[in-house]
Amino acid sequence: MELWRKAGLAVRKKVAFFILIGWALLLIGDRVDELRVYQGAQIAMYTIALASIVLLTGYSGQVSLGNGAMMAVGGYAAALTLNNLGSPVWFAFLMAIVASALFGAFLGTAAARLSGPYLAGTTLALAVGLPEIANQFAFLGGVPGLLFDVGFPPARFGEEFSQYKWFFWIASFIALLALFITSNILQSRYGRTWRAIRSSPLAAELSGINSSRMKILAFTISSALAGLAGAVMAMTISLVAPGAYTLTLSFALVTGAVLAGVSSLPGVVFGALILVAIPEIADVVANRFGGGENLNNYLPSLIVSVLLILSVIFTPNGPGEKLRRHHHKKST
Amino acid sequence: MHKLLETILIGISTGSIYALMSIALVLVWRSTRVVNFAQAGQAVLSTYIGFEIASRTEIFWLGLAFAIAAGALLGAGVDYFFMRVLFKHAVSGAAAVVAPVIATLGLLGLIRGVVGLIWGGEFKSIKAPASTDGFTIGETTIPFSALNLLVIGTVFSILIVLAIVFQRTNLGLSLRASAYAPEIAQLAGIKTARVRTIGWAIAGGVGGVAGMLVTSNNFLSPYSLDLLLVFGFIAAVIGGLESMVGSVVGALLLGITLTFILNYVGTSLVFIGGFVVLILVLLVKPDGIMAKGRARRA
Amino acid sequence: MSLNVSNLTVHHGAICAVNQVSLAVPTGKLAAIIGANGAGKTTLLRALSGLNQPTHGSVMWKGEKIVGLKPEVLVRRGISHVSEGKSVIPELTVKENLELGAIWRRNAKESKESIDHVVSIFPRLGERIQQRADTLSGGERQMLAIGRAIMSKPQLLLLDEPSLGLAPLVIEQIFQTIRDLTTSMNLTVLLVEQNAMGALQIADLGIVLNLGKVVAMNHAQVLINDPAVRAAYLGY
Repeated sequence: MELWRKAGLAVRKKVAFFILIGWALLLIGDRVDELRVYQGAQIAMYTIALASIVLLTGYSGQVSLGNGAMMAVGGYAAALTLNNLGSPVWFAFLMAIVASALFGAFLGTAAARLSGPYLAGTTLALAVGLPEIANQFAFLGGVPGLLFDVGFPPARFGEEFSQYKWFFWIASFIALLALFITSNILQSRYGRTWRAIRSSPLAAELSGINSSRMKILAFTISSALAGLAGAVMAMTISLVAPGAYTLTLSFALVTGAVLAGVSSLPGVVFGALILVAIPEIADVVANRFGGGENLNNYLPSLIVSVLLILSVIFTPNGPGEKLRRHHHKKST
Repeated sequence: MHKLLETILIGISTGSIYALMSIALVLVWRSTRVVNFAQAGQAVLSTYIGFEIASRTEIFWLGLAFAIAAGALLGAGVDYFFMRVLFKHAVSGAAAVVAPVIATLGLLGLIRGVVGLIWGGEFKSIKAPASTDGFTIGETTIPFSALNLLVIGTVFSILIVLAIVFQRTNLGLSLRASAYAPEIAQLAGIKTARVRTIGWAIAGGVGGVAGMLVTSNNFLSPYSLDLLLVFGFIAAVIGGLESMVGSVVGALLLGITLTFILNYVGTSLVFIGGFVVLILVLLVKPDGIMAKGRARRA
Repeated sequence: MSLNVSNLTVHHGAICAVNQVSLAVPTGKLAAIIGANGAGKTTLLRALSGLNQPTHGSVMWKGEKIVGLKPEVLVRRGISHVSEGKSVIPELTVKENLELGAIWRRNAKESKESIDHVVSIFPRLGERIQQRADTLSGGERQMLAIGRAIMSKPQLLLLDEPSLGLAPLVIEQIFQTIRDLTTSMNLTVLLVEQNAMGALQIADLGIVLNLGKVVAMNHAQVLINDPAVRAAYLGY
């Protein structure tokens, strides 16, 4: 209550907004079928993951392909904690955040001096190699991976309350919380500093900003978000395995972020929706062309790639930019 | 003693393939200031074409020739149709930093997706043009095979050809000039756009060779060249993205280092080893081991 | 009149760098273009060699319109541009730099003859022919830049501040060489300079640019004696 009193109007508005969304999601969850509820959980997961890219690339200007790998770190940390320490689920999620934040800090330190293609290449190496590492070590479960079972929904919700709905509730709650916190961070002076670094690194340095430290901070928080997303993903598929965190995942994340506007936090919901929709669209298209294994396996990533190329060429700052420009032209 | 020798020899053989990939990356970097991640996609598509020819005719070298041709055509095509479009839509704002990198990544995914659609994901293999049995010297058999020797021979022949082209021909001079100083080259009457496309074609052809050579000893799948791309990139970074000689040296060093890890430590750490090498080089000597003073960054 | 510029306007983004410039230079004459920094001199040359595209106006060279053509096309029509300060590629050798200028001619014999010709004009380059260009002194680099431009057997030579950063003695030599070349090769030359006196002294024609506009155009000797020009640009 102290906080509420101290908080300014903007923050109160934001809290109210998020609570409203949360409530709306609750209502929706009750009205749609199982598949949609499950997809809802996926959308929530992607939202968190895309937020990590918006922060890292959109705000601090570092192109990283490693967020998929960070999701893996989070997922594995959560699974290991849950299975080996017998801890409650929320603790497993916490460990996911901690582990990936640490890893992100380490990677960020190494990467702070890198830019553009060097950074991209290094994180590419990470993204390609991480599944390999998971394959090699037995305690990581090898190729089949580890189980991640968050258990059944509490009994008081009744018999009708499905597992997927429970996932959806947890995922949405975490997503809302994560987005709220991230939004605050991005709107704070940290966010402004990152944008300054991104748009004019030299000027930022000359203004006394410690670019390296800020970049590392961006990496750390971004990785924490990605790790959280990884843990949420693990919950929804009840599994952590190398096959879930491939290079394709990293590509998909970057695509989703670029599509939605790489520096726009609200856009991540839009991006997440698209990412979840693509396999469905791909299925429809594939069936139209007679199905076939190759089509099913490769069409989704093909669509993702085409979207990525188109969006990077034509709307690199997201469709929002075109709309804003149009609006501006109209008013001037 | 044996182990050391064979480690080094195999390291050179592996490293020489990385060298091809890294040269392709450096070539494109110097002429276009872009790290062409799509190179892995171009190489894999070229290799599939080579595979088709090689498996039908049972002649590896014919397949290789087709792979080179396909690679060159693809490279030229990517530059002509894709890169030029990309640069025309000059980008500003948050995405300026991001656009060229992401575009080539998108292209990688696109080509890979097409490859997957056409050929599917199951592993294919090409019959190797030489024996993969180790040589026997007296009583002992070392794991260095005729194939390894062939790989080294092929790669070094290509390197020599490239060196001659670059240093002693007008085309090579035009390529170098256009990469170092595009405006001066233009004012000297060189059609820099065309020269750049030729550079991409050469890079593509070289990538095709790399893909075929790697596949002669490994399985082919839409993802099988990703690791090669990564190692080629690491090698290029070690040598400094500006230097072709450096990237060859870097590739050989990387090959030897990784083989060392493989033989003396265990397979699980090979990739980590490569990654650590990359991070170390980027931290300690970010302009590469061959850099002389001021480097040209992005 | 082999070079005829009318109402040429070139923009740098929103800024008008060259504003309705009109000038004419007869064949075989050397025109010095002088003016303060930012007067638009470099932009003018870049528009003539195809590096920048003008927004309005036209340029006639040897009776043909050349606005909008790419640099590599204009080289083939006899225009050679030595741009300011960076017309030499440091990583290449002297010989390679020179050869670069003649590649488009696709004639190895002619290329060799041209190199011999350049070396006869600039013996110092001959001494250093196999050295990398970054080992050359400032004056030698300028000689190399001019040498490369000559390799393409131009009829119009555009020189942007060749005296920049050079010692007075070297500047004298370079200016003298430019004068000799204009005569011996029957070149039409546009010489952009901040060293107004030196440029006007070797020139036939003088053009003064200020803020993108032509403020004076006359015989070089007339300009040298003009009090306003003397006060503004010649220092006395």
